[in-house]
This record gives sequence, C-alpha cells and structure tokens, in this order.
Amino acid sequence: MRYHTPSTFEDAARVSAGAGGVTRFLAGGTDVLVQLRAGLVTPDDLIDIKHIPGVRDIQRTAEGGWRIGVAVPGIALGRHAELSADWPGVVEGMELVGSTQVQGRATLTGNLCNGSPAADGVPGLVAASAMVTVVGPEGTREVAVADIPTGPGKTSLKKGELIAAITLPPRGKNGGDAYLRFIPRTEMDIAVVGCAVSLTVEGDRIASARVALGAVAPTVVLVPEAASAIEGSTLDEAALERLAAAGSRSTTSGAPSLSAPKSRGCWPSAPPA
Amino acid sequence: MSKIHVTTTVNGDETEFLCDPRETLLDCLRNQLDLTGAKEGCGTGDCGACSVTMDGTLVCSCLVLGVEAQGKTIETIEGMAAGGELHPLQRQFIEHAALQCGICTPGILVAAKNLLETNPDPTETEIRYWLAGNLCRCTGYDKIVRAVQAAAAEMRETA
Ligand code: FES
Ligand code: FES
Repeated sequence: MRYHTPSTFEDAARVSAGAGGVTRFLAGGTDVLVQLRAGLVTPDDLIDIKHIPGVRDIQRTAEGGWRIGVAVPGIALGRHAELSADWPGVVEGMELVGSTQVQGRATLTGNLCNGSPAADGVPGLVAASAMVTVVGPEGTREVAVADIPTGPGKTSLKKGELIAAITLPPRGKNGGDAYLRFIPRTEMDIAVVGCAVSLTVEGDRIASARVALGAVAPTVVLVPEAASAIEGSTLDEAALERLAAAGSRSTTSGAPSLSAPKSRGCWPSAPPA
Repeated sequence: MSKIHVTTTVNGDETEFLCDPRETLLDCLRNQLDLTGAKEGCGTGDCGACSVTMDGTLVCSCLVLGVEAQGKTIETIEGMAAGGELHPLQRQFIEHAALQCGICTPGILVAAKNLLETNPDPTETEIRYWLAGNLCRCTGYDKIVRAVQAAAAEMRETA
C-alpha cells in the first residue's frame, strides 16, 4: 500500500486518476480503516487528504451559507455555535454517528462517500439542499449531495474524482431543520429509519419543506410527496397523517428488507464498488 | 514494502518510529514504542479500549494509521500519572473499585480525562454519553461513573 499526502485537491485527483489498483481517500478513516482491517478493501494507493490547506475549516460563504471542509470531524461541527444555530439538523445528524472517539475523526464527507443508505449525516444534507464541490481530472463541478449516493457503498463519483468541500445554502429567515432517527437502543446504533426535515414558515403555516429519509431505500431519498403533504398547513393532525402516509409509501418502492437487523448489520462495512 | 519514518510527540517526549503505512497507531504505540497501556479490544472502533488523544481530540488509536501521527501530539495512559503521583481519576477508580480485569480501564481513564478538560462538572448523563464508546465487560458502568464524578469533584476543589 502506497501512502500519499498531496497538498492540493488537483494533486489528489491526479494520483487517484493515475493509480492502477484499488484507491481510497483517507479523511477520518473510520470506515476505511475498518474495511482495511476486515480485509474487505486493501487499497494499493491510500490518499490522505488532510494535508491539503483548509480541509479542517468551517467558513461562512459570501452568500451567507457555510462551506465545510472535508476533514472537519463531527466534534468540530457540534462545537461551532453559529453553524449549529443555522443548521441544527445537519449537525445533529452527524453527531449521531458513533462514539465520542469516532466523532473525533469521522467526517460528513466520509459519511456521504461511504454510501451507506443508513448514514445519519446524509438526510440532513439532502433536506438542506447541500452541494458538494467535486474535483477531478476534468476540472471542478458542483453537485447536489442527493446525487452522490447511487446505491449501498456506491457513489456517482468517477475515477479520479473526490469531494473538496460541502456547501450549505444560507439558512434564511423563519426556517429550521431537524434530524431524528429510530434505533432499537438509545445510543450507538444504526438507524432503522432516519428522517430529516428542513422547512420555512410564514405566520403559522409551513411555506416550504424538504423531507429526506434514510435507511429505507438503497440510497437516502428525498420525498417530495412528504413535503407537499405539510406545505401550506399548520401541521395539524390531518397534515401529519398525510406526511406519515407519504413517508410510508416512499419506503415500499425501495427495499423493505433494509431495516431487517440482519441486513442492517452489513451497511457500515459494505464494500464500496 | 518500504517503511515510513514518523516523528511525533508522545506524552511530551519527541519520539520517532518506522512503520508500514498499513499499521495502526495502536500497533505502533504497542509494538514500536512499548506503550502497551492502550489495548486492542476490537480493532474496529467499537470498544474504546485503544483510546488516546491526538492533538487534544479523543480518538480510537485502532482507527488512526501510525503515519497519520506525523507531527501530532499524542497522549496515552502512560502519561497520566505525574511522576509517581496517580491522577485523581486513577486514584478514584481504585477507591471506587471501578475496575476488575482492567482491559477497558486505560481507555476509560483517557476518555474521562479528556471529558473533564472541557467539562469540569459533567452531569451523570453527560458522563454516560461521553463514555458510550468505552465498553466494559466486567465491572459495570455505575462504579465507573461514580469514580469519574468523585474525581471531577476533587479536581474542582483543588483547581
Ligand atoms: S480496539 Fe480500538 S475501539 Fe476497540
Ligand atoms: S474491567 Fe474488565 S472490561 Fe472493564
């Protein structure tokens, strides 16, 4: 295994594009090292992106949103008061991933790229309409987070491509987001279902909403029917019932067996394609 | 397979070792530096027995590569007692009988010390959540939590 420490994303992309065998990018390592140890994935080239300047930064964008570096660990998100005030659902989703020790290393981008349908960090990003900057041999492009996962352990990133940052849009006025999951235990477990909601209100009515579900389909899914079930409502009983029905309908089109304990157990270590 | 030369600060001492890029920090600490306090319970980030701090952040050393320690500051259980003097956490663990086989103890002490550095007066719930990634298979968690609370109280008094 060759260990690389490029100092730019372009260099990282070049190493990856030119590599013949199995390549992995290393940020927090909480999935890569487990896969390495389990013998599931033994990279020929391991590209540590933590030597690239700025990867640990959380910065306000010119538009008033946030740019989160790819090596920002969960613990740093939670300790960032302004980010947590703007996007509490995104931050809480990530904070649910693993123990304190894992939080010291695990990153949002890693949670996204690992491609688990049950990734707690991802529904919040999808509900927030977050974007990622993808750097590759053909240049740089902006992609919606929702378009990155394509199946368990699979992403739409092409050979040589890697994510350079996550961008959250400005929160704006009268809005908020949240992430909740159902797990059989109270801590340190994998979601049976995770749900993120981001919405804005006008007076006592919901003006706009985005609802994303995790662990109920091969990827985290956006459920527009669930959003329209509550838009315009005051979140009264009838609206909540419509929301629940829309949520349930969205799961049957996926793979209902995903929440069976046996298959849930394989997601954290599912070998990426 | 060429080995990589790593320079790092461990418990205040500048240290160097040679490692294969696949070796974990835990293996490097134990096999190269003879610091066998951190234990391998699982090797997959689940048990916390390998807990150390890296640049002040609590991590599982089984989920860190040795080469990633380059230029970092690592603290392990071996650096906890000052000279011959036990840290209040270590003393309270003994007084509260908060250990039996002791496999989990180095990791729990390192994790608890890291908690008290940022939160000198944690609630019981905060202690339990903070230590949720440190598994103990023999003592039970109540004695461990009481020992952390007692050490925290003692440290607040002398601070
Ligand atoms: S040995 Fe590292 S967490 Fe168990
Ligand atoms: S004392 Fe034996 S595992 Fe905790």
